[in-house]
Amino acid sequence: MNQYKPGMRLRSAVCTTEVVVIAVPALNVVLSCGGAPLLGEGETASSGVALDTAAAQGTLLGKRYTNESGELELLCVKPGAGSLAADGIALVVKGAKPLPSSD
Amino acid sequence: MNVMMLLEMAAQGFPERVAFVNGKESLTYQQLFDAAGRAAIHLRNSDCEHVAMLDVSSLALPIALFASAWAGKPFVPINYRLTDTEVDALLQRIQPAMLVTDDTRIASLPDMAAAALLERDAFVGLSIKEGAAAENDWTMDPDEIAVLLFTSGTTGAPKAAVLRHRHLVSYMFSAAEFGAAAADDVALVTVPPYHIAGVISVISSVYAGRRVVQLPNFNARAWLELARREKVTTAFLVPTMLAQIVRELEGQSSADLPHLSALSYGGGKMPGPVIERAMQLFPHTEFTQAYGLTETSSTICVLLPEDHRAAIESDKSAVRRRLTSVGRALPGVELQIRDNEGKVLAPGERGEIYVRGEQVSGEYVGRGSTLDAQGWFPTRDAGEMDEEGFLFLEGRADDVIVRGAENMSPGEIEDVLVRHPSVAEAGVVGVPDEHWGEAVAAVVVLKPGTDATAEELQNWVKRHLRSSRVPQLVRFATALPYNETGKLLRRTIRLDLADKISVEV
Repeated sequence: MNQYKPGMRLRSAVCTTEVVVIAVPALNVVLSCGGAPLLGEGETASSGVALDTAAAQGTLLGKRYTNESGELELLCVKPGAGSLAADGIALVVKGAKPLPSSD
Repeated sequence: MNVMMLLEMAAQGFPERVAFVNGKESLTYQQLFDAAGRAAIHLRNSDCEHVAMLDVSSLALPIALFASAWAGKPFVPINYRLTDTEVDALLQRIQPAMLVTDDTRIASLPDMAAAALLERDAFVGLSIKEGAAAENDWTMDPDEIAVLLFTSGTTGAPKAAVLRHRHLVSYMFSAAEFGAAAADDVALVTVPPYHIAGVISVISSVYAGRRVVQLPNFNARAWLELARREKVTTAFLVPTMLAQIVRELEGQSSADLPHLSALSYGGGKMPGPVIERAMQLFPHTEFTQAYGLTETSSTICVLLPEDHRAAIESDKSAVRRRLTSVGRALPGVELQIRDNEGKVLAPGERGEIYVRGEQVSGEYVGRGSTLDAQGWFPTRDAGEMDEEGFLFLEGRADDVIVRGAENMSPGEIEDVLVRHPSVAEAGVVGVPDEHWGEAVAAVVVLKPGTDATAEELQNWVKRHLRSSRVPQLVRFATALPYNETGKLLRRTIRLDLADKISVEV
């Protein structure tokens, strides 16, 4: 069973980043930000964790982040200094499709 | 997932930007967020399970919509053109409900119409006053119901369409980009709150970070004045509104709206002459046509500005014809055309339009989901797709005329009729016929000061289409029946003609 579910809100242990889970793959993954696992509601960071400078490209408000297969999708609802990863592999911003507004 | 998370992001990304303007009143994104939170506390403290709104557009609309999402109580906008009796009947289906409305309705509605009644300004007042802010504790369950919308329906009693948070959020993801609006972008919104386009425009404007100017009661002159004064950059119109604007500008060479960079339209069939004239009057404006349904969280197809230009400039009839299409499917949306037996049809063949995608709900209160096992929703709209996926609407599936063994689209005949120099509006329906099963009948509104006989119009159709398309019956009328978004009510025409024919016999 995957511990993450769509709609779940997760926060970074090492920066101000917060994300909402939009989609998760069937197989279990470990999601992290700034090198440390993302925390769910009620979870606290283990002492001594700090932002890993190798995972500090930052997150952008309102961007959706996905993995290579596209099965995983996170929405950044609060930006921060860390960057997002799944099982240590960096997530990428989901490509925008610039369509003119129809409403 | 919850549409509230979209407002939370907007309040964080551009807190000081003005979100909604109505007359002299306005709300910034931070003020809207705070107001939704205070209103949510009020909703939670009441016994109501639904939040109904019976009103024109005002600042109460975005507050009530987001407060409902925050409080976890479905938002139910109701058509303010309905009578007290009709409103009461809808309210009884969503009890206990809190109703936000105006003073006149509070006085005229029956005592037990809603569990709680709140006047619009009082509702805004309690939401914007200073006080404790609410916790960000809205549910993130994607399956929670966000909105119930009574479909206006061209047939039968209203059905309550169910839109869950996952449908609305999915639509935003596929149709827009967060924070895409420039700081000086201004949207002019005239669609009423009880229409899916009115609900969606609130959410998509927030997601894009646009400033929205509300125009509660549309008329062409007020729309043009407001668009000039507020330097409006984008707007959405239903076809009847654009037709009125074009008429208001008669005799002028340009609409004189240099800031208006984008105009989108949808909600009904756009007459070819209206859009062609509009493109001349708005030479610097990009036109986008949207097609969608309440049950699909609004837009599923768009005809893009480049499609408009390519069609206008082309000398190939197959490309030129695309000006009358509703464009191609949005990313994440799939379309099929099927026949009565459910067989998927090839390009160019007419049938019923089916749609699939994460934004598609297809669910009604009391009926459950109408999606098939593979997730396809039968729209009841008839149409065809060309080789490149451009969708052409032919009206409701029930409106298709079957003459002999031939299926005919009333829209195709109407398109030809409105190109006659004397014809302002045309409605085509099938009427019972002993020999053919159904015969083609047309009701026509002539332009003021013009003249045309039935025979002349029959010859006109014969010249442009096959002879089987020629209306056997042509009646003249002073107006045609439309629903409030400009959709022609062919059922009303059919019933009306059936009465007249039986009287004449």
